[in-house]
Amino acid sequence: MPTKIEKDVISGRDTTGHEWDGIRELNTPLPKWWVYVYLATIVWALGMFVLYPAIPLGTRATTGLLGFSSRAQAMAGFQEMNALHATQMQEIGRVSFADIEKNHDLMEVALTAGRITFANNCQPCHGPNGEGRIGYPALDTDVWRWGGSLDAIQQTITHGIRSADPDARNSQMPNFGGDKLLTPAQIEDVADYVMTLYGKAKPGVDTSAGEKLFGDNCAPCHGAKAEGNRDVGAPPLASRVHLYGDSRAAVVAQITHPRMGVMPNWNHRLSPATIKAVALYVHSLGGGE
Amino acid sequence: MRFRHEILEKNAIYLLLASLVAVAIGGMVEIIPQFFIENTIEPVKGVRPYTPLELAGRNIYIREGCYLCHSQMIRALRDEIERYGHYSLAAESMYDHPFQWGSKRIGPDLARVGGKYSNDWHYAHLRNPQSMVPESLMPHYAFLEETPLSYDRIDADLRTNKTVGVPYDDADIANAKADLESQANPDADHTSLLKRYPKAVAASHTKPYISEMDALVAYLQMLGTLVDFADTNEEKLDR
Repeated sequence: MPTKIEKDVISGRDTTGHEWDGIRELNTPLPKWWVYVYLATIVWALGMFVLYPAIPLGTRATTGLLGFSSRAQAMAGFQEMNALHATQMQEIGRVSFADIEKNHDLMEVALTAGRITFANNCQPCHGPNGEGRIGYPALDTDVWRWGGSLDAIQQTITHGIRSADPDARNSQMPNFGGDKLLTPAQIEDVADYVMTLYGKAKPGVDTSAGEKLFGDNCAPCHGAKAEGNRDVGAPPLASRVHLYGDSRAAVVAQITHPRMGVMPNWNHRLSPATIKAVALYVHSLGGGE
Repeated sequence: MRFRHEILEKNAIYLLLASLVAVAIGGMVEIIPQFFIENTIEPVKGVRPYTPLELAGRNIYIREGCYLCHSQMIRALRDEIERYGHYSLAAESMYDHPFQWGSKRIGPDLARVGGKYSNDWHYAHLRNPQSMVPESLMPHYAFLEETPLSYDRIDADLRTNKTVGVPYDDADIANAKADLESQANPDADHTSLLKRYPKAVAASHTKPYISEMDALVAYLQMLGTLVDFADTNEEKLDR
């Protein structure tokens, strides 16, 4: 309780009326403009209260006169952004690959969309430029397991390989070692022969036994000349490009316990038009047919 | 009449009562809506409790502190929707104890990482992240593959979650161990597992035993895959 409000002689102001060991304090109120700004913010807050969602009421807060929703705003922004290239993307989704390639502007949009989508979704496995890595096919060569035409690439991206999609590309290499279809010695023989197919065989090794075994066991899928068979995704072995490496150990390992890669189906993540754009981009990397 | 605030200032009991009233108002505003939390969860189809293997993987995720770098919440922002997919719903983390929301992203958000990569990729990436993403600064987790998963008490884990409101039924708990072993083996018959837990993804089982990595990959492969957004009314999510 202020007891002794006095006028200070020097400043001409009142004191607060408190006194501590002889020390008194001037009563200096906030500047008027400051107080008014403070009051204005209260009025402003009342306005926000009415206009924007404010009071939580069980299922949702009061909606406010503006009907604002951060979710709706984000989706609207997302759709607005999509609308910027909607015309071209719809066109890409609608017309055939041949027509896109004929239309220079459309092709440019498709390649750009494809490149950006590739960087976000495909690069983690296939590498920044589609150069591939052990276990993940290179996309910039003309060696294709399931086909390098635009339609084949589109099909692969859409449904994936050994993915959860019922239309996925599916095949299985027999487990020659694990299921004892071949003995370890036979597998070594086959490996010796397979290495002659791409010129890495050690000279002077007799590969006739391996060749015979290859004809009986491998040729049905990989072809008599190891040229591959795209119907079953069997890669060409007479090739310098190897999914799991071209060393003897890698070949032996692949025959003994085959690794079979999985590519996700992208139809649950990307729109059909975007998938076409990615197909065009992959096709343009160097190996497209 | 001027408010005599020295009445409050000079009487401890009055001050206490007045602070109680002030705090209670704040408390009510924050707490009362929680009683209606059932209604704040969006009415979407597909969200199910974690399978035993996913739950074990989730425990490893939390044990290893993955959340220190990875969030699981795609915010309602345009650029996040563009990069990661549909913004996250409350419904998608309703069985999370604790939830993994956040915005700290030393690594990318994982809310919808399920199905984006193959199992093989995840195993290789966890063993040595730089082998898959050269510029990555993620530590190596190869030891997860060397560590057999301890799942003797997985049914107790399910029961604990049930106590805090996750709708596991008695059959789920009774079959917890069998379901876990089935999901860890890609060649097993998954009929009963998928009946209980649709969209569960089998781990690759790279070792003779069920490894901690198997569990973690099974967990990562289901993140964000449960709600079918093509089948969801966008307007109902507006709030």
